[in-house]
Amino acid sequence: MIEVKDLHKYFGELQVLKGITETIKDAEVVCVVGPSGSGKSTFLRCLNLLEDPTEGEIILDGEVINSKEADINKIRQKMGMVFQSFNLFPNMNTLENVMLAPVQTGKMKRDEAKEKAKELLTRVGLADKFEVYPSSLSGGQQQRAAIARALAMEPEVMLFDEPTSALDPEMVGEVLDVMKSLAEEGMTMVIVTHEMGFAREVADRIFFIDEGIIMEQGTPTELFDHTKTERAKNFFSKIL
Amino acid sequence: MNSYFKGLQDQFYQAFIDGDSPRYLLYLNGLKIAYMVMIGALVLGVAIGVVLAVIRTSADQQKKGKRTWWLTLLNVFAKVYVTVIRGTPMMVQLLIMGFVVFENSRQLVLIAILALGINSGAYVSEIIRSGIQSINPGQMEAGRSLGMKYSTVMRKIIIPQAIKNILPALGNEMITLFKDTSLVTVIGLADLTKVAIQIQARTYQALMPFVGIAIIYLINVLILTWILGKMERRLAASDRS
Repeated sequence: MIEVKDLHKYFGELQVLKGITETIKDAEVVCVVGPSGSGKSTFLRCLNLLEDPTEGEIILDGEVINSKEADINKIRQKMGMVFQSFNLFPNMNTLENVMLAPVQTGKMKRDEAKEKAKELLTRVGLADKFEVYPSSLSGGQQQRAAIARALAMEPEVMLFDEPTSALDPEMVGEVLDVMKSLAEEGMTMVIVTHEMGFAREVADRIFFIDEGIIMEQGTPTELFDHTKTERAKNFFSKIL
Repeated sequence: MNSYFKGLQDQFYQAFIDGDSPRYLLYLNGLKIAYMVMIGALVLGVAIGVVLAVIRTSADQQKKGKRTWWLTLLNVFAKVYVTVIRGTPMMVQLLIMGFVVFENSRQLVLIAILALGINSGAYVSEIIRSGIQSINPGQMEAGRSLGMKYSTVMRKIIIPQAIKNILPALGNEMITLFKDTSLVTVIGLADLTKVAIQIQARTYQALMPFVGIAIIYLINVLILTWILGKMERRLAASDRS
């Protein structure tokens, strides 16, 4: 369970997040939508402290993770992150990409990590790409490998930062399918996305973020079909 | 005219072959010393360069309000080091190393390696720093988001990519170092240049020894350039595979 309490984030003078308070339950799938520049990516990046919250608390399993005493590396091991631009390590092949973190953090022995990596890559449909370097994978394959890499740490929560925004249209589906199967297995997921169809199908709840706050939140039906705020109505009318 | 060429022939004989044992052996030995100094200095320079570059970048990447004092201190040291080394002539550094710091030592090769390596380290650190900065910040974020330590991500992900990117610049540094080995003459080390000076003093002829070593330096630089080019092409190929 992730609790966010009164989260504020400034970049210099610019205030990006203006007080977000929310609780994300275990096994819940939350999609975060909103216009660009609204702070949704910043919100997600605050959850695993890629951005330091300026004010407020983020609590994971009862531990305040943005306190000075918290062990940031241990906490991040519980939260996998998938990026818009994949960020696979180009100096390693797919298998090594997935194995690296479990081995380096001492979570697994080499052999164990290798087995796990093979299993995960097979699961995301890359069984024939173990020895291949990221540069010769398609965007969709890279993103699936990146998901496998995040899963290798056996996280409790998966964060997705616009995972399909950098993909060619015909590759979006294969990545969303992997995410869908993860959701079905009961993974807690927070997904920043523009894929409204996916959000409607998979999300338990949707946050509509604009101007640094959660303007409106609720189930997909509540948000898409019974939109309350003008801002959200306006946004959905443009993209749906 | 004929006699002029005859004269050149004699000069060549005197410069390269004559002597108790044939003089080309002296040049060969000088060349060997040049290579030893170059390789030693390169290894030392890259080692120093990596350390300095990591200090400089990790200090720069510290978040406001979360600075660690020892890293800030090391950063100041690194900045001073780079400024002093790059701001003084290499020959002066060699003289200080040879006649002040190691006044009583006769380990001339080691002193030369130390002086050139320390010098090279300052330049290499700037090369590596630019290499590290050329790596997409997303790489560091991806590594950290997996729960790996900053130092692990640096070692396993950032530095290997940075080194690959800066290999051409490092190659240039190696060639510069090779030519700079001629300066170690001033501390009395019998490198290639020193050999030429000695033979000139013996034979009273400058043309053959000095033009000769110029050609020897040039040929070796060409060979090094060729090897580097081959390595670069191989690395570039592994990028695409």
